[in-house]
Amino acid sequence: MTTNGQQKRPQIRKKDLSLWQLSYIPEIIKGMFLTFKQILRPKFTRQYPEEHWTPPSSYRGRPVLVEEDGVERCVACGLCARVCPALAIEVQASETEELAKERYPERFEINMLRCIFCGFCEEACPEEAIVMSNEYELVFSNQEDAIFGKEKLLMTTEQLKERLEFLKESR
Amino acid sequence: MNSKTESKVNITIDSMQLNVDSKMTIIQAARANGISVPHFCWHPELSVAGNCRICLVEVEKLPKLVIACATQVSEGMVVHTRSPKVINGREAVMEFLLINHPLDCPICDEAGECKLQDYAYKHSVGFSRFDEDKVHKPKRHALGPNVMLDMERCIMCSRCVRFCEEIAGEPQLTFANRGDHVILTTAPGEELDNPYAMNTIDICPVGALTSRDFRFKARVWEMSATETICPGCSRGCNMHSWARNNEILRNTPRQNPEVNSYWMCDHGRLSTFGEVNSPERIVTPLIRKGEDLVEVGWDEAIAAAASGLKSFRRSEIAALGSPFATNEENYLFRKFVQEVLGAKSMDYISRVREGDEDDILVRADKTPNSRGADELGIRAEENERRLQGIMEGIRQGTIKVLYSLDGDLGSVFETELLDKLELLVIHSPVRNGTTAAADIVFPLATYAEKNGTFTTFDGRVQRIRPSVAVLEADRALDGFSMSRLDKFGTQFDRWAKGQRRDARPAWKVITALANLMGKKYRYPTVEDVFNQMVQSTPSFKGMTYAKIGSKGLRLEGSVVPATVEAR
Ligand code: SF4
Ligand code: SF4
Ligand code: SF4
Ligand code: SF4
Repeated sequence: MTTNGQQKRPQIRKKDLSLWQLSYIPEIIKGMFLTFKQILRPKFTRQYPEEHWTPPSSYRGRPVLVEEDGVERCVACGLCARVCPALAIEVQASETEELAKERYPERFEINMLRCIFCGFCEEACPEEAIVMSNEYELVFSNQEDAIFGKEKLLMTTEQLKERLEFLKESR
Repeated sequence: MNSKTESKVNITIDSMQLNVDSKMTIIQAARANGISVPHFCWHPELSVAGNCRICLVEVEKLPKLVIACATQVSEGMVVHTRSPKVINGREAVMEFLLINHPLDCPICDEAGECKLQDYAYKHSVGFSRFDEDKVHKPKRHALGPNVMLDMERCIMCSRCVRFCEEIAGEPQLTFANRGDHVILTTAPGEELDNPYAMNTIDICPVGALTSRDFRFKARVWEMSATETICPGCSRGCNMHSWARNNEILRNTPRQNPEVNSYWMCDHGRLSTFGEVNSPERIVTPLIRKGEDLVEVGWDEAIAAAASGLKSFRRSEIAALGSPFATNEENYLFRKFVQEVLGAKSMDYISRVREGDEDDILVRADKTPNSRGADELGIRAEENERRLQGIMEGIRQGTIKVLYSLDGDLGSVFETELLDKLELLVIHSPVRNGTTAAADIVFPLATYAEKNGTFTTFDGRVQRIRPSVAVLEADRALDGFSMSRLDKFGTQFDRWAKGQRRDARPAWKVITALANLMGKKYRYPTVEDVFNQMVQSTPSFKGMTYAKIGSKGLRLEGSVVPATVEAR
């Protein structure tokens, strides 16, 4: 900033390069050196999808429902649906006589085209019944298939062990 | 009361100088002047119990905090409702109330409209020093056919007990046992089954009493609430109609001191939206082709009705208005019948169930607008034939055409009689015996799908508003009340794909019919019909939709009935 308030144009600095430098030869040598150095090192390119990546437990993959002792933990309170900024979740509660928990989700659907993987649902849930899994492969060819019902959402506590432990630690 | 000075006192609440009735309690005086004092057990229409203690306020010169609901005002009183001492007291009361409360908000239907939940945010510190086990009491206990009790959630405010005793006039509830063993109960072998029982659900400040019908159907924040009128009887209780995904899920009373106070009957609450959601709804116009009723478009149905009606002599045509239809529809119907059809035989079918009434709210006349139909001349003396005459005419074959705004004639007309007609044109929301005998059926928008007005038995004109959208309606553009889901749902969301029926209010169809039959009717909106009706009907003088507002207006010259005054 100058005192009169006008901004100075940025100066373009011209480097005085020697002839040797202008030939680019030193730069090419540097580049080739790097290339040959890497050839000798071990490869770290992953051959996806043949070679699958398992994300760490802190990863926010697609949200799933936790199944414990054969039933979902979810009590269909609808708080995840309320907090979801993308309105991806629909929960229809119903009464259950058999279970101790009074209410359960008769229908639980997440529209994976709406979900933005923010993890708010997991955070809002009072039952730790919806958590972010480590699954990131979502493929569908039409809109209806993108709506995941309970059959696709339920995952056992065994399958979700790492995430549940992560949540316990970071609580 | 001899002089003004005797009945009024000067008090100060939160440094506001007030001149109030000396019979008032502090909470009443505060409320009347826009100062809210938290309360659970106190209710403006019930006796004072003073048991919840959350309404503690500080009165200068008194040694301890006092409860605002049971302390009468006196001259020179200085009250503080927000002093540190009061806030401290309130927080302590909240802590006590929450000691044994299960805090199962996630599975509680009250959540979102719960006083305890709200106050826990507003007047509580947010943690409990109570480490011991909470008391366990019966959950999921049906007190009666409509009300479910969760005793763990009850804060023993006794509102429900007092309601049954004082308002419903049937003391069906009481507390049993003492201390933390106390339970709310009916007498052994008895049920909470008075006709007003479900009002206890609304006034219960927590989720101890919930509706068995609405149980777990939706969270309250998922629905839209529409200010409308119960069509269950001629009382015209004001209510909110709650809808989600274009389906009504519950009705709750809406306060109107001149009609229903804070209450409504269980019948009105539970039975009036069944027809709206019914699987028997007629979803597209029908006309008779040979033996069968076939689905056709609106233009075809209206054209068929117009040419059908034209081909008879005016003396051969009879018309039935409807006590279920709005004032606007009955008005335009009569106008159409007189001006366009030239028919002079007109009446409507009453639905009075003698004896099925009380001196609280319920009326024997089970229709919402018979007074309106009377006012608008549907049953006028000068009508050439009335119901009996019309039936006689059909029997004799002199009346060959019946045009009916009433969708169900079954209570009066036998099918054989209807079969004698050469043309039966009818507006009906649902399929029934009458529509089966009809030649042209216009699917009718129910009270929950249209704008308009009803007139109560005592001459109060009140607005109904749509909570469910028909095919041609647009929630946003037509001024519906909208939930968050309504606002953001798209055609791709299953939760926004609720059924929309191709039904229309009768005034629209009549307007189209009249235009097809050579009369120029110009009513772009129902409000235009209303304004025209006001101009030509003296008792509606001076009314507009804006003036009617959400609380209604009385017809010119109508008398306030004693039951309303007594309240
Ligand atoms: S992760 Fe976020 S966007 Fe996805 S369902 Fe949960 S709350 Fe909604
Ligand atoms: S917040 Fe948890 S318990 Fe509530 S509906 Fe969602 S998953 Fe179920
Ligand atoms: S059930 Fe509700 S209204 Fe009745 S005493 Fe308990 S908290 Fe009060
Ligand atoms: S008293 Fe009549 S208007 Fe009131 S709720 Fe009952 S049926 Fe409806």
